[in-house]
Amino acid sequence: MASGMAVALDALMARHPAASREAPPALKPLSLAVAAGEQVAVIGPSGAGKTTLLHALACALRPSGGALRLDDRDPWALPTRSLQSLRGELFLAPQVPPLPPRQRVITAVLAARLPRQSLLEALRSLILPTGIGAAHAALARFDLGEKLWERVDRISGGERQRVGLARALVSPGRLWLVDEPLSALDPARAAGAIATLTSAARERGITLVATLHQVEVALASFPRIVGLRNGELAFDLPAAEVSRERLARLYAQHEHELAAWTAEPDAASSAGAQPVPLCFR
Amino acid sequence: MANALHPAAVRDPAWLGRVFWTCAALALLFPALVACEFKPWVLFTPDNLRVTGRFITDFFPPKVDAEFLALVARETWRTVAIATAGIALALALAIPLTLLSTAALSVSALSGRMGMLPFALRQAIRVLLIVLRSVPELVWALVFVRVVGLGPTAGVLAIALTYAGMLGKVYGEILESGDAHATTALLRNGSSRLQAFLYGLLPQNAAELTSYTVYRWECAIRSSAVLGFVGAGGLGQQMDLSMKMFEGAEVATMLIVFMLLVWLADAVSSQLRRVLG
Repeated sequence: MASGMAVALDALMARHPAASREAPPALKPLSLAVAAGEQVAVIGPSGAGKTTLLHALACALRPSGGALRLDDRDPWALPTRSLQSLRGELFLAPQVPPLPPRQRVITAVLAARLPRQSLLEALRSLILPTGIGAAHAALARFDLGEKLWERVDRISGGERQRVGLARALVSPGRLWLVDEPLSALDPARAAGAIATLTSAARERGITLVATLHQVEVALASFPRIVGLRNGELAFDLPAAEVSRERLARLYAQHEHELAAWTAEPDAASSAGAQPVPLCFR
Repeated sequence: MANALHPAAVRDPAWLGRVFWTCAALALLFPALVACEFKPWVLFTPDNLRVTGRFITDFFPPKVDAEFLALVARETWRTVAIATAGIALALALAIPLTLLSTAALSVSALSGRMGMLPFALRQAIRVLLIVLRSVPELVWALVFVRVVGLGPTAGVLAIALTYAGMLGKVYGEILESGDAHATTALLRNGSSRLQAFLYGLLPQNAAELTSYTVYRWECAIRSSAVLGFVGAGGLGQQMDLSMKMFEGAEVATMLIVFMLLVWLADAVSSQLRRVLG
């Protein structure tokens, strides 16, 4: 059983790579500690810095200040090669599932095992997939077992998003960083998907940090909630202590985001799923 | 109209610029036409028309006797072999160079800016590709004819070098213009560069890469005809002989063979695109 990775942020600051130097950082000095095996949901209005936080945790974004420690190591002090192997112990699932349209679902899922494979094993698995059982088991937990041999561009947007999540289950990652995992799912599917994700992480003792737009789901499925607003920590509380007033303050001037999920899930999901840059040529 | 727009609002703000750049392009074209002595009307003076007519009537009917067709078949086979071997060698050179030079596979670029050393290496490979393709294959062929003697080997080597330069450049552009999301996600999750290529970049761009390679194979067939004129073997050499002996009928037969080959390449390419697309 893999054990989770412990995370500590000490006054971490980060800015988007494309942002100008004068622009305020997407993350203002932020301190946070997540113990190994803990499950945390990050909520907050659009532009609060949720994705930036995940990217900083995933070593996809170099902090512009402060320190990041993963299992008491400073990843940015490591040489490139060790940093890349440390990245193999993380699993970042972007909001838009990163699946090549012409690839088969099985290959897309098995791609998550690459950090643990040699180039030869990877090549061999490309010719005749090794680990069909593992891929099928991971997909089956998201009700996608029958899509194993399908091509990625022939399944629906919601199915693609769940394939992206199924990847986590076969990855060697000990810290799962999941960005808006439910944006293309209807409420029933969303509840199932998040239950699968949290229980799989719990079984393996993996640390899970997920950003969520759906506040109700976050409160119901995660023991600890971190609220972000304007790149700053608004609160960091057990789910039971997150009150209506706190949520109202967190989403002040963004009330529609708080309401959208319960009111019209379809509109919310289609809006959330919009930027799918898959090209069908 | 009660709610007519203000005159300033209905004018297309880009219009003046567009007119200016069109005029500028035409003004630049004119000296180019003067420089290359572009006088198409000389084609239609009675004298020249007579010469052209004689040359073209020589082509008909194409020569189809069995002995000549057997010769053409042999030389066609050799031409296809030159083009295919040339492309295969070019691929062997272009693929590693592309993999080394593609910024989409840069691990150091994941964390912001690409490192100095990787950047320098990529630039060096880019320069190498430019050198390879800026020397015309005809010049390479003349060089290799000196080195390895008359025959197909010179043609193969010439095509390999020039086409490696072209393939390397365009492969790199295809890989960098496509959607890099899948590839960066794999790299960010700790895959190696080649793994990310195999599982992200390649499936994303397979159809474009294949169709460009088949198109280049088609170009290599044409190119091998030109190389034949300097003694690199194949249909081109045969065509050179026929031209020198004013055997228009033979030239016509060989041109038809070329058209068939290009048609074949086209059919293969569209079939492959359907399978991969």
